[in-house]
Amino acid sequence: MARITVRGVSEIRGPIIIIEGVTGIRMGEYLEVKLPNKPSRKGRVLAIEEERVIILLYQGTYEIEKDEIETEFFGRTMQLFVAEDMIGRVFNSQGEPLDGLPSIYSDEYRDINGSPINPTSRVYPRNYIETGISSIDSMNTLVRGQKLPIFTGAGLPNNQLIGQIVKQARIAGAEGTDKFAIVFGAMGLTMDDYIYFQRLFEETGTLNKVVMFTNLASDSAAERLITPRVALTTAEYLAFDKGYHVLAILSDITNYCQALREISVALETVPSRKGYPGYMYSDLASIYERAGIIEGSQGSITLIANLTMPNDDITHPIPDLTGYITEGQIILDRSLHNRGIYPPIDVLGSLSRLMKDGIGEGYTRKDHPSLSNQLYASYAEGLDKRRLAEVIGKKELNRRDQILYEFADKFEDNFVNQGDDYRSIEDSLDLGWSLLSNLPETELTKVSEDLILKHIHNKGADSD
Amino acid sequence: MPHSAEERARIVTIKGSTVEVRGLLSYRMGEITYVGEEKLMGEVIEIERDFATVQVYEPLEGLKINDPVYLTGKSLSAELGPGLLSNIFDGIQRPLEQIKKISSSPFIQRGIHINALDRYKKWQFEPNKDLTKGHLVKGGDVLGSVQETETIRCNIIVPPNTTGELLSIQEEGEFKITDPIAELKGSDKKKEELTLMHEWPVRIARPFLKKLPVHEPLVTGQRIIDMFFPIAKGGTAAIPGGFGTGKTILQHQLSKWSDADVVIYIGCGERGNEMTDVLREFPKLVDPHTQNPLMDRTLLIANVSNMPVAAREASIYMGITMAEFYRDQGFNVLLTADSTSRWAEALREIAGQLEEMPVEEGYPAYLGARLANFYERAGQVITLGSPYREGSINITAAVSPPGGDFSEPVTANTKRFVKTFWGLDPNLANRKHFPSINWLNSYSGYIKVIEEWALESGLEDWGRYRQEMFTILQKDDELQHIAELIGSKALPADEQLIILVAEIIKEGFLQQNAFDKIDSFCPIEKQMKMMKLMLLFYNRAEVLIKNGCPISLIISLKTVKILKRMKEDVPNDNIIRMNKIEDYIHTDMEELGSKYGYKV
Repeated sequence: MARITVRGVSEIRGPIIIIEGVTGIRMGEYLEVKLPNKPSRKGRVLAIEEERVIILLYQGTYEIEKDEIETEFFGRTMQLFVAEDMIGRVFNSQGEPLDGLPSIYSDEYRDINGSPINPTSRVYPRNYIETGISSIDSMNTLVRGQKLPIFTGAGLPNNQLIGQIVKQARIAGAEGTDKFAIVFGAMGLTMDDYIYFQRLFEETGTLNKVVMFTNLASDSAAERLITPRVALTTAEYLAFDKGYHVLAILSDITNYCQALREISVALETVPSRKGYPGYMYSDLASIYERAGIIEGSQGSITLIANLTMPNDDITHPIPDLTGYITEGQIILDRSLHNRGIYPPIDVLGSLSRLMKDGIGEGYTRKDHPSLSNQLYASYAEGLDKRRLAEVIGKKELNRRDQILYEFADKFEDNFVNQGDDYRSIEDSLDLGWSLLSNLPETELTKVSEDLILKHIHNKGADSD
Repeated sequence: MPHSAEERARIVTIKGSTVEVRGLLSYRMGEITYVGEEKLMGEVIEIERDFATVQVYEPLEGLKINDPVYLTGKSLSAELGPGLLSNIFDGIQRPLEQIKKISSSPFIQRGIHINALDRYKKWQFEPNKDLTKGHLVKGGDVLGSVQETETIRCNIIVPPNTTGELLSIQEEGEFKITDPIAELKGSDKKKEELTLMHEWPVRIARPFLKKLPVHEPLVTGQRIIDMFFPIAKGGTAAIPGGFGTGKTILQHQLSKWSDADVVIYIGCGERGNEMTDVLREFPKLVDPHTQNPLMDRTLLIANVSNMPVAAREASIYMGITMAEFYRDQGFNVLLTADSTSRWAEALREIAGQLEEMPVEEGYPAYLGARLANFYERAGQVITLGSPYREGSINITAAVSPPGGDFSEPVTANTKRFVKTFWGLDPNLANRKHFPSINWLNSYSGYIKVIEEWALESGLEDWGRYRQEMFTILQKDDELQHIAELIGSKALPADEQLIILVAEIIKEGFLQQNAFDKIDSFCPIEKQMKMMKLMLLFYNRAEVLIKNGCPISLIISLKTVKILKRMKEDVPNDNIIRMNKIEDYIHTDMEELGSKYGYKV
């Protein structure tokens, strides 16, 4: 494609520049703005109105002089060179190395926007991932190829939880493949958090398996819009072309959405809720939907995203729209955290939509589906009784209610609260049964008599 | 056909998912337009002098000013004929399996042109014996039929708005979808060839002879729906609920188990894996009404959330038009749309690009009108043509209110046009009470109709059982408020009994496990029997309580657990076993009664 070079701009506004009197420019085209005596900046064509081309500059417009600059249009959309050598490297959002090593040279390159996966080409995710965390493995099971955000609040230990998952999870699974990689997209992370993750990868010995794309809090907001896209383009290449099981970690979606709002306001888009643009749902979907498994490829992309709920508000547009796209969510709860429970996972509010087909006989254990149903139900009732006791006092509860009340306490203290320990799925399920054995059998309406005999009375013929 | 179109305009503006074009000739609103060298498909949505705005169904990257634009003179249309069922289409009716084949890529790339219906497949056509040469035929008349799937025999009908004298009709034999099977002489003396398929513009409702009042239920096998908030064949229902409240699973359940003839499932801006789940699961499931694979009667439209927003807007119309096509053949069609909020958001997004004046929360002023148009295409009708046929379309549409707030514009407007409202409750969902339909704020506008139907169908107790159970649940709700203040221990025994029975109803009847082999679908007879037993338990226990039996003895009866578990424990083909449970109830109660010196 022909490159076109233009001198000067007619308008500069926020991160946007407008160039007039130029023809032959393509929608979405990638471009470079050359400044005298300064590093050049990259940008993208957002809209074209006859001879007016509207451009977003990823590194902003500060110190751009109207008539001095030269814009070179590349005649193509932004593409990323991809290679297996990227594993173990650190890049900025443009795919330029930040680790002092040379740039990636490869024959293969990809459009960073990707294309939607044909639903008939998807493989439905069914292989569960053992994270070693009871409240995830037994109650909100993670499945390879799933997209699952962590809804967290400021000051909650979400990064610690991700650290534990990275440390303990067996993504590559039982078939003995060592083709495992982590793609990490840092979106507006503070330096502290960034260093935490770097150290995490060092300590867990995964540093040589990580591809990092870095956009820190101090970096440009416009550039933040491409961070998840370059990260997932790399993940797609590794998973679908090279057969890696990829764990993609994006942190933090909230920073990304705020950048999206900032740019949409600069473009004078009609805002919908809280000033966020009406297309935020579609935009987020174009990120999350890139996770999954496709036919004819050995690999998978499992996506875990940090999402800090502004003011712990789950109805805020960012968690709200995310929840409609992702396959569930892990919610961290402030009151559990304040009581010293780690991980402070709100078991009832959390959800894994792919759990239903990833558990049970042939996957985890036969008793898993009904056991988790019973634990949900009894814990939910126990919480009702706790609320009741807050009003009338625990002593006023009848015997049944007291037992349930105590069950909820035990469930939180022993099951949810596990610290940094690793628990196998077997141990988690057995722990669940031992908690249930505190309840009268008439309460166990979600589990069959056979299962009660086997797991509470240790009787029964089949032992699996 | 993009190739036959003549270039008549050029692109002047590119923005979001729309382009503005300028040409010399006149445009038509809704005209299908192909833009750019790749001939991306779009539709004219605004005209100003010699400019037209086109919403494009594919991403616009790579287009440039002055790229050619081809106008077709046609409106966005659906291809209608045998071969639609068991298929999965995108929002503009491109078959996704075929896209995969011809592009040999797991991704959907741009600029793929492909017909909805297979042009090479041959169908065994059986002509309508009543028709002979010289017969005057009109729109809706049945020319013959082909076996589309094992379950569905597709009637080949004269397209609406077509009349003429039959010049010839083919004998029984194999035909491709575009082969002429009949020839007409129209009123203008022009010959017209009819094929197994025809096209219909999707934004225009297909005509019918007459709308009928609804008169029978759509049996869904979902207890809270069939017994508490039923929907009639030809009726409409909205399923609003925040994320994680179980909208999609409920829609899947309705598509799986309803006694509709044809099911059209529109995944509108939803998750890719969910569509894959349906594709994977439905062919394995057996339709409880016909014993054939469920996929035989199902048609899927998948516009997943990262597909272009303009195609999402079109997907709803594609779906309802195909539903009308099967209705016109005399079938009962269930259309499930998940989710109409994504469709409304697509409207909003496009309106924003056109810089239209937004009203509530950025939605355009015509949101209500568009929703009304959609829901009004449901209904029970007498179709056009002969022989006499009745058909119906049910619409059950999920709504995804932001933050679960039912006062937002899409939910509020939807409520104006649907008669049944299954409000999903996050509190129930959080405690994994599914389906999480809230029994206090949901409603059905079809109770009267269904009650009459029940009387005629030997279910004369339906209305009474429903009312009695409802009363218990309502009393329970009041008592729960009191119990929250003073504790249930302090309530009198008869009120504690209501709380107990309400709990049995909630756990044993209202909750239904979609993933349990038995419980996933519950036949009507079992539903009725379950209600009967629960009410029997209540009535007999009530007498005992009046005679001084302590509530604690009733709470600890083994039958309580049996009643809660019979939904999963009693196989659907062995409902007779419930008579045993009835015996248990009697025995338990009599035992307690004799203890308290009272014969019940």
